[in-house]
Amino acid sequence: MIGGLLRAGLVAVLLVLVLAPGWVAPLLAPLAPEGGPVIYDRASLLSLSLSHLGLVAVASLAATVVAVTLAVLVTRPFGASFRPLARSVTNLGQTFPPVAVLALAVPMMGFGAGPTLLALFLYGLLPVFENAMTGLGNLPPATLEAARGIGMGRWQRLRLVELPLALPVILAGVRLSVVIALGTATIGSTVAARTLGEVIIAGLLTSNTAFVVQGGLVVGLFAVLLHDGLVQLERRLSPPRPGAGRR
Amino acid sequence: MTLAANRIVAGEGVAAWAVAPVAQSLPALGCMIAGLVMGLPAALPKLRLGGALLGLGGATGLLAVGAPSLLAEAGTYARVSPAAGFWGLLSVFLLLMADALAQLAPGPILRAGLLAGALGLLAALLSSGALSDLSVAQEFAGRADAFWRATLRHLELALGSLGAAALIGFPLGILCHRQAALRGSLLPMLSFLQTIPSLAMFGIMIPLLSWIAATWPAAQTIGIAGIGFAPAFIALVLYSLLPVVGNTVAGLDSVPAPVREAARGMGMTGWQRLLRVELPLGLPVLLAGLRIVLVQNIGLAVIAGLIGGGGYGSFVFQGLNQTATDLILLGALPTVLLAMVAAIVMDILVDVARRDSTERTAA
Repeated sequence: MIGGLLRAGLVAVLLVLVLAPGWVAPLLAPLAPEGGPVIYDRASLLSLSLSHLGLVAVASLAATVVAVTLAVLVTRPFGASFRPLARSVTNLGQTFPPVAVLALAVPMMGFGAGPTLLALFLYGLLPVFENAMTGLGNLPPATLEAARGIGMGRWQRLRLVELPLALPVILAGVRLSVVIALGTATIGSTVAARTLGEVIIAGLLTSNTAFVVQGGLVVGLFAVLLHDGLVQLERRLSPPRPGAGRR
Repeated sequence: MTLAANRIVAGEGVAAWAVAPVAQSLPALGCMIAGLVMGLPAALPKLRLGGALLGLGGATGLLAVGAPSLLAEAGTYARVSPAAGFWGLLSVFLLLMADALAQLAPGPILRAGLLAGALGLLAALLSSGALSDLSVAQEFAGRADAFWRATLRHLELALGSLGAAALIGFPLGILCHRQAALRGSLLPMLSFLQTIPSLAMFGIMIPLLSWIAATWPAAQTIGIAGIGFAPAFIALVLYSLLPVVGNTVAGLDSVPAPVREAARGMGMTGWQRLLRVELPLGLPVLLAGLRIVLVQNIGLAVIAGLIGGGGYGSFVFQGLNQTATDLILLGALPTVLLAMVAAIVMDILVDVARRDSTERTAA
């Protein structure tokens, strides 16, 4: 998708922005207000980045585990009767804007990382669950028959056949959920979670465009690079088989 | 079991059965329990639908009865708002209803009627004043003007960006469909735009637009400025392009090759084929793209509140700043409602278009 050279360039820009923001100060100086600070200094960008990525990682991991487990249960014969209900839940849930989830979590959990984590987790469930359901539901019946034919048990079939075959589709869902989580975590700083959104919001409040551009660039680059990395991973893991239910 | 969860006073919880004199709250509680019981058997969607409606009625009834009776005992500044138990029950009943409706699969006209009926009922309920003792409603009464302005602005942002995205996206999609080279370079670029987090996108838009406004005074006169409506609008349009262009290409690709051949055989020119064969047949997929965009933009427009773009987001973020839960709700609830209504309306349109296009293909 992005050429190797471009990717390396973006990584370099990101590293400079996060690790040595002083280097870009001359470039951003015209954007800052007269005499105002050019580089965000209330917290180091590195620690904000780590806390941001940590939130996303924890929420996405938890969402992936829960969503895949639910999808496995729903695609088993005994869970089939829950399938329409599960579909209704995903359809209804997807119309919920991420910001609304965040805003509604605050009254329940107070300010801080808690509501952000909850919103990221809840919103991350849907894409993974939907894709896992599609992936596990659209496996070639001949392959499943064959697995049964060579005497594999249910658990073996799931672990050795179904999950590996559905993996690319599930990963596409994980990618979607990670990208959404990254964006929602940015807004999480309005409820006092420590994320990179803090830089952007500080810039907006003090009309210091230099802050806004710094925060925006760092978050944007993280999103693009993570997205790209996950796409590469999907390509590497997906076996070349035509006609499978890819999304 | 469900009763203990339902509490109604802000700050201090009050159990469902204690909010009003027993004689008044008993029918409402009964309705909710009966509704839950009726919702249990999955095989009878009609029963489930009835149960959901009964339960919803019971829950709102309890609110209407409970709020004034609680307020009567408390001081003048007391506020009453539904607590987690109410919201939980509300979502359970809504889910039951959605599930039952999905199983019954009513036709598009019936669905439109049901939606109109539900909205009418909601409007009647809100304007009747039965719920006006709740604190969200009091928050609304304090800023009714601002609320309607925000509604208008929110719709302008969401629908306007949809229109602009359609104007740009449809021609781009048609071009991409015809020229594979363009498709190969444009679609990845658009999906790249889509991955940029919304707050960052809004943030990057601000210096860009204020630079434009500073460089060309003409741009300033048509309202382009670093903060406010313009950056929010442009960011929303950029986000909308991928679903619109992608689905236009997919929709045009979905036209069966024999149909296309037949149209060519009848001596239709490229334009005629596009307007009379390919677009009508690809319409369901095109509309599905617009549905994604609309629902997504209604949600994203909330973030416009952070950069002075107005809309419901201004209530949400004001509420977050003042830690005023009811103000947050005043912004978040209409957003959710708007998104759901938009999703249902677009689903109906997609359905109608799909029937139409299958008839055409069959004919």
